[in-house]
Amino acid sequence: MSTNTENFEKLVKKEYEHGFVTDIDADTIPPGLSEEIITFISNKKEEPQWLLDWRLKAYRQWLKMKDPTWAKLDIEHIDYQAISYYSAPKSKEDAPKSLDEVDPKLLETYQKLGIPLDEQKMLSGVAVDAVFDSVSVATTFKQKLADAGVIFCSFSEAVKEHPDLVKQYLGSVVPAADNFFAALNSAVFTDGSFCYIPKGVRCPMELSTYFRINASNTGQFERTLIIADEESHVSYLEGCTAPMRDENQLHAAVVELVALKDAEIKYSTVQNWYPGDENGVGGIYNFVTKRGDCRGDNSKISWTQVETGSAITWKYPSCLLKGNNSIGEFYSVAVTNNYQQADTGTKMIHIGNNTSSTIISKGISARHAQNVYRGLVKISKNANGARNYSQCDSLLMGDQCGAHTFPYIETKNSNAKVEHEATTSKISDDQLFYCLQRGIAEEDAINMIVNGFCKEVFKELPMEFAVEAQKLLGVTLEGAVG
Amino acid sequence: MLNIKDLYTAVENKKILEGLNLSVNAGEVHAIMGPNGSGKSTLANILAGKDGYQVTQGSVTYEDKNLLELSPEERARKGVFLAFQYPVEIPGVNNIYLLKAALNAIRKHKSEPELDAMEFMSLVKEKMKLVQMNEDLLTRSVNEGFSGGEKKRNEVFQMAILEPKLAILDETDSGLDIDALKIVAEGVNSLRNKERAFILVTHYQRLLNYIKPDYVHVLSKGKIIKSGGPELAIELEEKGYDWIH
Repeated sequence: MSTNTENFEKLVKKEYEHGFVTDIDADTIPPGLSEEIITFISNKKEEPQWLLDWRLKAYRQWLKMKDPTWAKLDIEHIDYQAISYYSAPKSKEDAPKSLDEVDPKLLETYQKLGIPLDEQKMLSGVAVDAVFDSVSVATTFKQKLADAGVIFCSFSEAVKEHPDLVKQYLGSVVPAADNFFAALNSAVFTDGSFCYIPKGVRCPMELSTYFRINASNTGQFERTLIIADEESHVSYLEGCTAPMRDENQLHAAVVELVALKDAEIKYSTVQNWYPGDENGVGGIYNFVTKRGDCRGDNSKISWTQVETGSAITWKYPSCLLKGNNSIGEFYSVAVTNNYQQADTGTKMIHIGNNTSSTIISKGISARHAQNVYRGLVKISKNANGARNYSQCDSLLMGDQCGAHTFPYIETKNSNAKVEHEATTSKISDDQLFYCLQRGIAEEDAINMIVNGFCKEVFKELPMEFAVEAQKLLGVTLEGAVG
Repeated sequence: MLNIKDLYTAVENKKILEGLNLSVNAGEVHAIMGPNGSGKSTLANILAGKDGYQVTQGSVTYEDKNLLELSPEERARKGVFLAFQYPVEIPGVNNIYLLKAALNAIRKHKSEPELDAMEFMSLVKEKMKLVQMNEDLLTRSVNEGFSGGEKKRNEVFQMAILEPKLAILDETDSGLDIDALKIVAEGVNSLRNKERAFILVTHYQRLLNYIKPDYVHVLSKGKIIKSGGPELAIELEEKGYDWIH
């Protein structure tokens, strides 16, 4: 193993051709996937045997699985042996104890991305567990959270410090072999975030993680696990950016949420990874499995997502409504421009009595982009008094894009109440003319109309995220009409 | 201020205006009357710069500039305002948010400082009284779920805030009951001054009972066939449009 390690470390890191790139001596292993590689990752992270076994089991199941083809996505063949599965910033080796010890170039990159890691931004009340090339580098606000008894740390740290919690909950919402990408993630995940809110605690601040993909050819396999114990409450923010680049980058994350009795988890995402250029070259492949388990009675899980990035998005944040009176919510804005493709939606699985779910999905397509809403509302036999309301609206900009809605409803209980509404519209010339006639510039007018269309979702986002999301929408759709 | 000379226009090759002439000076109120299909709304839309109309002949000058060369937003910023016949609903866009963006775009064009939220709100409070706007209409989405009368009042309210030089009111009286008509007319009257000109496009004379025009023009088959003072409107009301031919 040690000679292998040396070889790995000798590898030369490729330089980016585009975008801003942090010149850090990354610790990257050669491309390829095998039990040896998985063992290397596990050893590198000093994991216990049970976790290595779990990874290997997932890998063996993954080998028997095929890429899903049911989504309305045109995906180029991915060579999983051409991907490097581990890359950690070198500075991790020296284990920075505070920001002062963090590589200044890394901090500079974060600053370019506007990530609030420095002193001044700490005052803004956001705790950050920043993921840079798979390994968490710095965590802020630890003390304040610790005082409240909240555990918020990198996944690797959680494995070391809280192995029992990890062992109890890992894979309990998204089983290792749940689907092709989840199995791949389970085998090779390198890091991510872990969060535990103890019984009766309202998390004193919004928890936030910023992701960034940096090293060339390195897929990112994040693992997030959030557990809200009885009567607890947490709001979690996830935001992502990536530098400009030419090759497709694979990203297959898994997020698991567990809400126990009377607990509430609010999970918000703003995703703006590199979508490829205007000719459809490059861009991130984003295949994510996100699932929340309303395990206890009266629990609530709410997903809010603003998806503007990635060349391809395959993502269905879902809720298992097991507890009686549990509530699942899904608020989504998905924007596709140029040659972007998105197949996204949710699954609401009603199992407990009097469970209710709300789905509000807003899809916006411009130029040649394709945007799909795919949702499943399933009411099981014993879910008495279940209710669902779904609303799927699509907005088209131009005449070469597409919007598609696939709402699946399976009801096995006759007293369930399921409502579905769907609309498709174009930004009307009349709306635009009305704004122009009032003196408003065309770009601003489009921005205003599109943001108005998304308002029901944006109002679910925490304030600073809502502002970011609105700006993002403007940047994403720049020049899309006219 | 506005000079329309021998204007010919078409929509999808269908001729609408055929040799229209009209001259409007600052401080004047002109009423354009005429039967349905005579080209009244076309005239309003062309002045505002709406897409889809071809000008085949003639010219329109506004403050000595070729109006037809300007984009709709440039015209608006230079003081041309159209009160729409059918104000558009824009879901999710806050009514006064749109208005603030509009006002600041116009102020920016005039090299005036943009108003901050406080200054804007005090302006809004002052102008609301003019048209007796219900406060909750301010924070609702633009025109969404407004009654016909509320939409028209909102148009006049926007006009009061934006303070245009040339205000074109396209059938602002249609769909209004008598009380709403009075309120809208009072709003317009309070905005009359020496610098501001109005073009009132209307099918009926009753609006002119409340807003007294300086000139009345009868538009028929794409051109003005008769012009006169306010008495012309009354004559039209009594005798109908056929009387002129």
